[in-house]
Amino acid sequence: MTFNKAQTDAIKELLFKMADDQLIIGHRNSEWTGLGPMLEEDIAFSSIAQDKIGQSLALFNILHELGEAMPDAAAFTRNADKFKCCQLVEYPIGEYDFSLMRNFLFNQAEYVRFEAMADSSFEPLAKIAKKFKGEIKYHTMHANLWIKQLGKANTESHSRMQIAFDDTFNLALGIFEPGANEDLLIKSKVYPGEKALEEKWIETIMPVLDNAMIKAPARFEWKPVYGGRKGVHTEHLQPMIEEMGAVFRLDPGAEW
Amino acid sequence: MAKSEDPRVSRMELPKNDDGKEVLESQENWETYEVFHQKKRGEQHVHVGIVHAANPEMALILAKETFGRRRATANIWVAKSANVYATDYADADMFETTPEKTYREASDYYCMDRIRKYQKEHGIEDRKDLKRKQKESAKEKKD
Repeated sequence: MTFNKAQTDAIKELLFKMADDQLIIGHRNSEWTGLGPMLEEDIAFSSIAQDKIGQSLALFNILHELGEAMPDAAAFTRNADKFKCCQLVEYPIGEYDFSLMRNFLFNQAEYVRFEAMADSSFEPLAKIAKKFKGEIKYHTMHANLWIKQLGKANTESHSRMQIAFDDTFNLALGIFEPGANEDLLIKSKVYPGEKALEEKWIETIMPVLDNAMIKAPARFEWKPVYGGRKGVHTEHLQPMIEEMGAVFRLDPGAEW
Repeated sequence: MAKSEDPRVSRMELPKNDDGKEVLESQENWETYEVFHQKKRGEQHVHVGIVHAANPEMALILAKETFGRRRATANIWVAKSANVYATDYADADMFETTPEKTYREASDYYCMDRIRKYQKEHGIEDRKDLKRKQKESAKEKKD
């Protein structure tokens, strides 16, 4: 299938927000490396973080083929206001309960999104969505396990997970901020659109939360935190980007 | 540059004792699970090490990355270490004479001379010989 200029621009918008989400949460989660609660979990969480950065590279590669900057330049030289990640992913890692809950909400959204992309009419995206299916499946298995484990372990762990959920849920709804040119993408079957993904996500996370006895607010109480997809970010993103790209910017032309 | 929010850069504050020394709270130890890794379907599961986990499901999830992230994997088993029964090292003397019992090994039987004689009498080509000759002639052609 071939796409006209307007459709291609809409595809790029979609790719940028996906690539930025994967990159920023991957980097944030990698901040646990060496500090994880136990060795095996440190390894698993770090490995998952690496996977996400690998997935963002694949997305930046597609963007490069569409005429955008090289992946390294795209990742390391833009300022925060040019990033299209949702605000959920940019917050500091906090304590492990926060990181696990954010990771759970994000991973399930990631799963739903990549699953939908496997049927995309934009072939490069369909191809990588199929490629990463297994990786992402494991990410959700790991995330579900910890929600179940800590939701049910004891009163302290349960209340920490409930608080972490209350802190992250509205931010997580921001993953599904409507895109300006989404209709073009829905019509050309690039993907089913944010609303459809959000519905699927809710269906997926609620049974896991119920099982862990974590209470979600009623729909009329939801207050999605939007803005990230338009380049509006918290004060946490810019310092992180500067740190992430510090080595690259020492010598942007260096060969690795 | 603004102050880093990565705790590895701006170290996380650990609680301190009255004497100013940092303390880590003790935590309940989880059980260990033995991990068995299968490279290809149909092959044996091979013991590769242990993981700490609160339950078998967690053991599987953690074993996947601990032992499967850098090699081909078809399947992983975990079993609670407590469920493994082992011989006592004090009884290791029961294995002592095993290396001497070479008559239990096929390689200890000297019969090739008799096989060769039989092959020669019946005009049977030795398969190993045949293979060696094929290899040599192939090599010659290449040169």
